[in-house]
Amino acid sequence: MTTTTPDRIAEVIEASTTRLVAQCYRLYEAPPLGALVRAGPHEDGVYGVLTGIATQGLDPGRKSIARGVKADTEEQVYDEHPQLARLLRTTLDVVTVGHTNSGSIFQHLPPYPPRIHAFLYTCPPEEVQAFTASFDFLPLLLAVPSPATDEAVASLLRTAAPAHPDAPAFLLAAGRELARLLGGNPPRLNTLLRRIAP
Amino acid sequence: MTTPFTQRQPLGMVVGGSVERGLQVRLEPEIPLESIKVGAFVVVQGTQLTYFGVVTDVSLEAVDPRYRSSPPDVSNPFIAQVVTGAGVYGSLQVTPMLALAVAGQDQPQPAKSVPAPFSRVSTASERDVQLVFGKEDARHFVIGTPLDMETEVCLDMEKLVQRSSGIFGKSGTGKTFLTRLLLIGILQSGAATNLVFDMHSEYGWAGYREDGASVKGLKQLFPSQVAVFTLDEASSRRRGLSPDFVVNIGFDEIEPEDIQALRETLNLSDVAADAAHSLERHFSQRHWLQKFLDVTGDDFSTLADTINVNESALSTLQRRLQRLQRLDFIVEKAPAKGTVVQLLDYLDRGYHVVLEFGRYGDDLTAYILLANLLTRRIHQRYRERKEAAIGDRSQEPKPLVITIEEAHKFLNPQVASQTIFGAIAREMRKYNVTLLVIDQRPGAIDTEVMSQVGTKITCLLDDERDVEAVLAGVSGRRELRNVLARLESQQQALVFGHAVPMPVVVRTREYGSEASYRRLAAPLILSQSKDMPAPAHPELAEGARRQRDVDALFGDPPG
Ligand SMILES: Nc1ncnc2c1ncn2[C@@H]1O[C@H](COP(=O)(O)OP(=O)(O)OP(=O)(O)O)[C@@H](O)[C@H]1O
Ligand SMILES: [Mg+2]
Repeated sequence: MTTTTPDRIAEVIEASTTRLVAQCYRLYEAPPLGALVRAGPHEDGVYGVLTGIATQGLDPGRKSIARGVKADTEEQVYDEHPQLARLLRTTLDVVTVGHTNSGSIFQHLPPYPPRIHAFLYTCPPEEVQAFTASFDFLPLLLAVPSPATDEAVASLLRTAAPAHPDAPAFLLAAGRELARLLGGNPPRLNTLLRRIAP
Repeated sequence: MTTPFTQRQPLGMVVGGSVERGLQVRLEPEIPLESIKVGAFVVVQGTQLTYFGVVTDVSLEAVDPRYRSSPPDVSNPFIAQVVTGAGVYGSLQVTPMLALAVAGQDQPQPAKSVPAPFSRVSTASERDVQLVFGKEDARHFVIGTPLDMETEVCLDMEKLVQRSSGIFGKSGTGKTFLTRLLLIGILQSGAATNLVFDMHSEYGWAGYREDGASVKGLKQLFPSQVAVFTLDEASSRRRGLSPDFVVNIGFDEIEPEDIQALRETLNLSDVAADAAHSLERHFSQRHWLQKFLDVTGDDFSTLADTINVNESALSTLQRRLQRLQRLDFIVEKAPAKGTVVQLLDYLDRGYHVVLEFGRYGDDLTAYILLANLLTRRIHQRYRERKEAAIGDRSQEPKPLVITIEEAHKFLNPQVASQTIFGAIAREMRKYNVTLLVIDQRPGAIDTEVMSQVGTKITCLLDDERDVEAVLAGVSGRRELRNVLARLESQQQALVFGHAVPMPVVVRTREYGSEASYRRLAAPLILSQSKDMPAPAHPELAEGARRQRDVDALFGDPPG
């Protein structure tokens, strides 16, 4: 693994039409919740939003045990047990929100999910801006029944804002779109809007 | 919005509606709801036509009813900004009034269709308003500004004088000020000659504002074009005016028809009022009244028998008519060149005549008697001339507008069919004479007469009957009623009818400052339209006469 580019961070290990699970190349080196990621190449990839991060043992049957009772710092625990980095892994839950086809961005589900071992990239600001130029992807994301969903939405919008030339206008437009989509659920809308308020 | 109206500002889009109910317009989220007022002008850009309309209602709509029970957290400015426009949005009710720029038409046409769904709606620009209401010129007189706009709304004075007009409003709303403006508009446009029966002596020389300050009357602004006749010379002189003519009426000029008009004020029965006709037949035309008043004792019963009128009714009539003897301006015999002759002479020479009543201002008998008597004679003369002209417009008399106050006294259902004023209102402009009626109780005016009033200018009214009477027969009555109810109690008026293409609420043009006089009295560049009658006094060019007035008033023009 010597040729990874800095934005290539993980690899798909489970794939379905609506969601992916990917394993990070380095333990704990996950992008933040709500990050926009792409599985596959620029011209022909699948976009997703990070809605969950988990770290657990390679063998799901075996739980980790506490090892730091004598250590002073967390780092010391890892230093004294170098095998931990090999026995643990960080995985990413990704909700599919769109795809590219010959370079054009589509904000709906791809015809096929990416293959296992497809490379997962974090999207640079230009790509985030291009993708969030429209909010048609929001329904796909808002439909996911998880407590983390709204956090992911808020964090995606907040981090996307600076990528746009007029960040406040972007947030206002996003807010209005959310108001339209969540008109039937004022409490949820309220919470979400408070999260993205500049 | 106080933004300049040089350009149209987007407001929203049409989301529903009908010709009858008007259009529903969803407001753009960026537009603060509070900035839109009922009565504002808007333009709707349809696919084929551009519509000019007016906002008749503003409402707040929620996308979901749950917003009511669980309102968004609007203390957070961002959330407030988001939900106004998305979750909750402003909605306008717009009535399309006119279609602008219809192919083959140089004037806006009444709107008879609705624009396509999702048509763009924006505020009307000054140009749009001008396109609709005309730009100030010889024919178009500025009456005021629409609410929230700096633009000016004009009346088409030629159209105004073609039919009778009315100024209504409860006491203290600005009828007298509006009338001053209209009289000046008529004078400046040259569309007609004015004859004003000036009950409270406030149009001729000077009037007063509520705060006591005096405002100029017509004669001060246009000394060479206005003549003031007075019933009360002493009062006129006290007020600093030297009247052009002191009015006297001879008993021999009073006719039975004049008594009919006084039925209500003198409290006469039908029998008594009709007896005047019998008396006239009995005593010869010119002397009946004087002779009747002189009859006493046994002669009285004989007279009653001879003309076959109940004696007690006749004696009531005599007693009531004796009141006329107390009016000092009524003399036994009319002077050779009497009031009627003088009045016609002044009108013929192109003068606008104000007849002020001085101390008789509160005497309705005097007012009604004189207004009737003079109007009947003048109308008679106009009628003869018009008939003599047989269609040759250059020979026709210049249109005359007769202004009367307390109009319901002349035009109530009991007398409207019998007085000259009822006839003038009904015959419209047949003989080039129309009325400008001023009244605070339009509900008391005969409905048929009201329906003949071409242009109505109404300030605030609060009696339901009056509102009903003013709006009778007007389309869009429901909306107009709303608008009328919201007028401010002073210096605002709803204008609709013949002289404007659509109803409009205006803040009435200010009257009483030096600047207002300067502008009102300024000579207009007279582009006299072809079909306006030639000036009655060609040897004195109107422009020169006006300039002389203005120079006398304000000194030489600045600069
Ligand atoms: N166009 C105007 N310019 C300046 N002031 C005005 C104007 N219109 C109304 N006003 C103010 O409102 C007051 C009342 O107006 P006005 O005398 O015309 O009322 P009105 O309707 O004739 O009352 P009334 O029925 O008692 O005769 C005026 O004295 C004046 O102060
Ligand atoms: Mg008045």
